[in-house]
Amino acid sequence: MSTASVPLPNWITYGLMPFLNLVVAFLISGVVVWFIGESPLEAVKLLLQGALGNGEGIGFTLYYATNFIFTGLSVAVAYHAGLFNIGSEGQAYVGGLGAALASLALDHYVPWYVTMPFAVAGAAIFGAVWALIPAWLQAKRGSHIVITTIMFNFIGAALMVYLLVHVLIVPGKMAPETRVFLEGGQLPKLDWLIAMFGGKIGAAPVNMSFLIALFMCVVVWALIWRTKLGYEIRTLGASPTAAVYAGIPYVKTVIITMLISGGLAGMMALNPVLGASARLQVEFVGGAGFVGIAVSLMGRSHPIGIVLAAILFGVLYQGGDALSFDMPKITRDMIVVIQGLVVLFAGALEYMFRPAIVRVWQRFGKA
Amino acid sequence: MENLDIISILGSTIRLSIPLIFTALAGLFTERAGVFDIGLEGKMLFSAFAAAVAAFMTGSPWLGLLAGITVSVLISLIHGFASITNRGNQIVSGVAINFLASGLTAVLGQAWFSQGGRTPPLSPSARFTEIVFPYAVELRDTGFFGRFYANVISGHNILTYLAFLAVPASWWVLYRTRFGLRLRAVGENPGAVDTAGISVTWLRYRATICAGILCGCAGTYLAIAQSAGFVKDMSAGKGYIALAALIFAKWRPVPVMLACLLFGFLDAFANFMQGKNVPGIGEVPVQIFQALPYVLTCVLLAGFIGVARPPKAGGVPYVKER
Repeated sequence: MSTASVPLPNWITYGLMPFLNLVVAFLISGVVVWFIGESPLEAVKLLLQGALGNGEGIGFTLYYATNFIFTGLSVAVAYHAGLFNIGSEGQAYVGGLGAALASLALDHYVPWYVTMPFAVAGAAIFGAVWALIPAWLQAKRGSHIVITTIMFNFIGAALMVYLLVHVLIVPGKMAPETRVFLEGGQLPKLDWLIAMFGGKIGAAPVNMSFLIALFMCVVVWALIWRTKLGYEIRTLGASPTAAVYAGIPYVKTVIITMLISGGLAGMMALNPVLGASARLQVEFVGGAGFVGIAVSLMGRSHPIGIVLAAILFGVLYQGGDALSFDMPKITRDMIVVIQGLVVLFAGALEYMFRPAIVRVWQRFGKA
Repeated sequence: MENLDIISILGSTIRLSIPLIFTALAGLFTERAGVFDIGLEGKMLFSAFAAAVAAFMTGSPWLGLLAGITVSVLISLIHGFASITNRGNQIVSGVAINFLASGLTAVLGQAWFSQGGRTPPLSPSARFTEIVFPYAVELRDTGFFGRFYANVISGHNILTYLAFLAVPASWWVLYRTRFGLRLRAVGENPGAVDTAGISVTWLRYRATICAGILCGCAGTYLAIAQSAGFVKDMSAGKGYIALAALIFAKWRPVPVMLACLLFGFLDAFANFMQGKNVPGIGEVPVQIFQALPYVLTCVLLAGFIGVARPPKAGGVPYVKER
């Protein structure tokens, strides 16, 4: 008898199983740390201290988490429709262009709160446009969205390098980046938020986009679980054939879902471009689009789960930086290892422990 | 353009195509068996690292190749375990492998050698070096064909010739052996294969092992034939280009080679054109050539230049009827 169809209570499916998968991923990471001759426990201590030990650390943690909330939401929305959007990286990259153009155009004339809506719209629209062609290819021509979004990541990277090197570069400068935005084109830092808890923000770049990210979580939750469109998206994800049979327009729903997904990915650019460095740079996304995959998988595509997972990854990124400073043998690449293990165990090997859990549950739980 | 330029471009086309050919053939085996494999990039990177480390430790390129293949096969088995045995999402598993490769090779490289994730440079005896064909030196200065013989046909390392042998070999295995027939069948209709009493699981595992061996050759080529050591993230997206080539070739061995040569040529041509002016147009941005393989693949996928139809059961885990 297979155990795949045995129903389990929600707290096991959404709580215990992801937790177990995560524990395994971290245990193996610990083994890697031990293998290269450092103490895993000491490493965890340094990592947590670096990420949460002071106001600046928390500020950096939240800054990274902001990126991951956006990209995590982006992956999750597409995932609800059964689409695996692997192109958040490219969509965020191109979204940066939209955000930067708004800032470049307006920063001389108006304060940041006037620029912000334009920048948000610019980032979302450019990100959505970058998801449009893969969406159309999937919906109309049946080309696999995974492949096309991977291709669009590379095309986007080439496009942005071209623009930054040949078009947007400051004349006479060597670095391929736009000019620094004036204050009217930047998003303000959230120093008051950190100060509220008695910390000092220091150099931490956590900014207004963190609040935008949280707001988008609410929007996505309402969209997916409280609107007709969300219902159609989820139906499509559960069974495309049933959805089409029930009269849900396949082409339209796929395209709209991907536009939303791409828009959310594009908005991620607000955080590094308008919030942290105040200019558009090469490679500013830095893999956040791919972290979004891990975040979405870990958060089970639910906004609350995504916020928690994003903060966890924020801790890993900021703590990892601090750790590589204290333990030079453990480089920042260790985070990528942990990320890979999380994706492997929380994603691909999601159901590895299910048969065992079902047996235990049937034995002891039901009574 | 002068002949010399064409010949040097063709020479570097060959050099740049070899890792693509190995990797795309690897993808051919798994995808024809119904297992999507976007972890090709990661397998190539893992094997490049293993090959460089082993060649550095032992001084033997052959042991490097062995290590590269072994590690790549082990990683393939992880992918197999996740996507065949556990029926997990094959794409997610591939993504995980790419992350793991990028991270682990850098962490271990730094921990072992403390050179920023690199391995120490290899001595020529620990590498696969150029094989000079008979009379290549003498013919080098004797007109177009002499130069072609000396620079394009001769002067590559053993893995290059192995890659070109792997193409007909793959074709033969896939189309002329019982294993190949079953492998292709399992990618189209695993249910039928199962009904015939043949294990879908074992067939798919064998396909991923074949892919592991080929990716191992690709990584080894990168680390100890083309370069003299491992450099962090040295696969640099070649796994994805190979994936694009595989689709471009519509999952067939000989077109796979041609697509890889085309993409290699684009790369070589881009390098050659860098900083040069085209009369009437000016400098052509190198990014156009970089993006071209991906754009072409999307155009192909859209069905504008023929239809790329993937194996029918690709990406779907097989569940035996209960």
